[in-house]
Amino acid sequence: MIPLSWYLIFAAILFSIGLYGALARRNALAILMAIELMLNAVNLNLVAFWRYITPGAVSGQAFALIVFAVAASEAAVGLALIISIYRRRRTVAMEEINMMKW
Amino acid sequence: MSFSNFEPATILAILPEILLLGLAIIILLVDLLFKRSEKSFLGWLTAIGLTVILVVTLAYSRPTGEDPLILGGMLRHDWPAYTFNIVLIFAAAITAILSVGIPEIADRGEYFALLVVATMGMNLMAASADLVMLFLAIETTSIPLYILAGFLKGDNKSTESGLKYFLFGAVTSAVMLYGFSLLYGLTGETNIYRLAEAMRVGELSPLLLGGTALLVLVGFAFKISAAPFHFWSPDVYEGAPTPITAFISTASKAAGFAVLIRFMLAVFPAIEAEWTWILAIMATLTMTIGNILALAQTNIKRLLAYSSVAHAGYALIGLVALSTLGTASVVFYLATYILTNLAAFAVVIVFARAAGSEEIANYAGLSRRSPYLSLAFLIAMLSLGGMPPLVGFVAKFYVFAAAVQSGWIWLAFVGVLNAIIGLYYYLTVLKVVYLYRSEEDDNLIPVPRSYAFALALCSLAIILIGTLSAPWFNWAMNAAQSLF
Repeated sequence: MIPLSWYLIFAAILFSIGLYGALARRNALAILMAIELMLNAVNLNLVAFWRYITPGAVSGQAFALIVFAVAASEAAVGLALIISIYRRRRTVAMEEINMMKW
Repeated sequence: MSFSNFEPATILAILPEILLLGLAIIILLVDLLFKRSEKSFLGWLTAIGLTVILVVTLAYSRPTGEDPLILGGMLRHDWPAYTFNIVLIFAAAITAILSVGIPEIADRGEYFALLVVATMGMNLMAASADLVMLFLAIETTSIPLYILAGFLKGDNKSTESGLKYFLFGAVTSAVMLYGFSLLYGLTGETNIYRLAEAMRVGELSPLLLGGTALLVLVGFAFKISAAPFHFWSPDVYEGAPTPITAFISTASKAAGFAVLIRFMLAVFPAIEAEWTWILAIMATLTMTIGNILALAQTNIKRLLAYSSVAHAGYALIGLVALSTLGTASVVFYLATYILTNLAAFAVVIVFARAAGSEEIANYAGLSRRSPYLSLAFLIAMLSLGGMPPLVGFVAKFYVFAAAVQSGWIWLAFVGVLNAIIGLYYYLTVLKVVYLYRSEEDDNLIPVPRSYAFALALCSLAIILIGTLSAPWFNWAMNAAQSLF
């Protein structure tokens, strides 16, 4: 069987890529995609831990399912907010969305 | 995890949440039945509904002495949760009153429904005793708040505020969630009261625990807007509809603290010395950054945003003290901060509606344009600054006393110095209100009845709790005792 650490390392890399994308990207949609990557890394962690550490209990699986549901609703709200700003400004680049500073 | 031992007591324990959900559904139904022009009563309906829920909670939902863990260990129905429930529902009721009569908001059922749902999420946050429930509760609070911050679709600042709040919130909550997944993996448990035991048995290295604690802290620090995760707060506070700014700066922050206190005390006793130091540094940074940046502000909402960052720092001192007195002082501090900040924001809303401005310079001559409004502002600002006999002084006193009692003398010292800086900018605003004149001195500002009611209630409470603080502080002590 594939050792647990492989999954964890993969999830950590995925999470880091997502975090880097969220901090470095300038496009609001790209940031949203990066956040989804981070949430997927979390899910990978949860499911791997469930399978290897507590295969008898459902808590890990239930946690992953709830993360799915929340990620979906978060993406829906995020896209709605991006559309509402795009309608007014005709841009989704974060450096141009800067009416308020200091 | 079975439902065979399901008792009526469980229903009573989650009664506030059930009623809040019911109220949200009622608001949406009523919203369908009336025409747009007839819906201005929705704010009052929400406020009255929340008041009824507050009374019912006070009467029936009091924690009993029996096993506090309910619903398979998902929630813990204890005094801290009960206390925060009451404070949060009160804050939501005042927010609903403050929303009455504001264009684009007062006739929208979904606005009030989202407000009530966010309150339900906060109540669950205060009671969560399981990682899964905690995450779900935090998101149930955050997602409606993102929408509410960006609610004014026709306003550039509001849409920007909603998007910024969402992006910051989603990133920090993903980092926090990664921390949760590691906690689950390290121990095989999701209940936060069994996590500590599993960590002790597993003899996990402090370094690993510390790293996980840091990941989790990112999410919590965002909710309470503590440095270095405070960058969102001035922008979001300035752009969001002002009642929502008041709600985010008070209730959302208090719910964040409720989670922070419960989680740190229950999960990480093994690395207590380390995380108190991290929080002490965070408190110092938060107070100093908040106060110093507030000095330069010209917009009243941004000033109050930085002031609310600073207040999160003061409240953190009480948690660092790590004693019953310290935790009680945090609870007391948050309750009083909610009262005071709601009063301050109520004045800001009334002024913005009459004068159409949020610039501090335009507050010149307010004492002549509306003496009562200025009086309420005076009480709120002096209480935020920590002047006796108002409640802000008592709250700061207990927090600093707790720090000194636990040996954090330097931290109390930093806190006192910061309180002096804070007083300076609150007094600067009052100087503009009371001493400066403007050409519009004769142009009186009308105070609508709903705001007069909210302001009178908050101001009276600020003075009364400030002069007679003992019974209220005993309540907070009672709440703190069941956390240790």
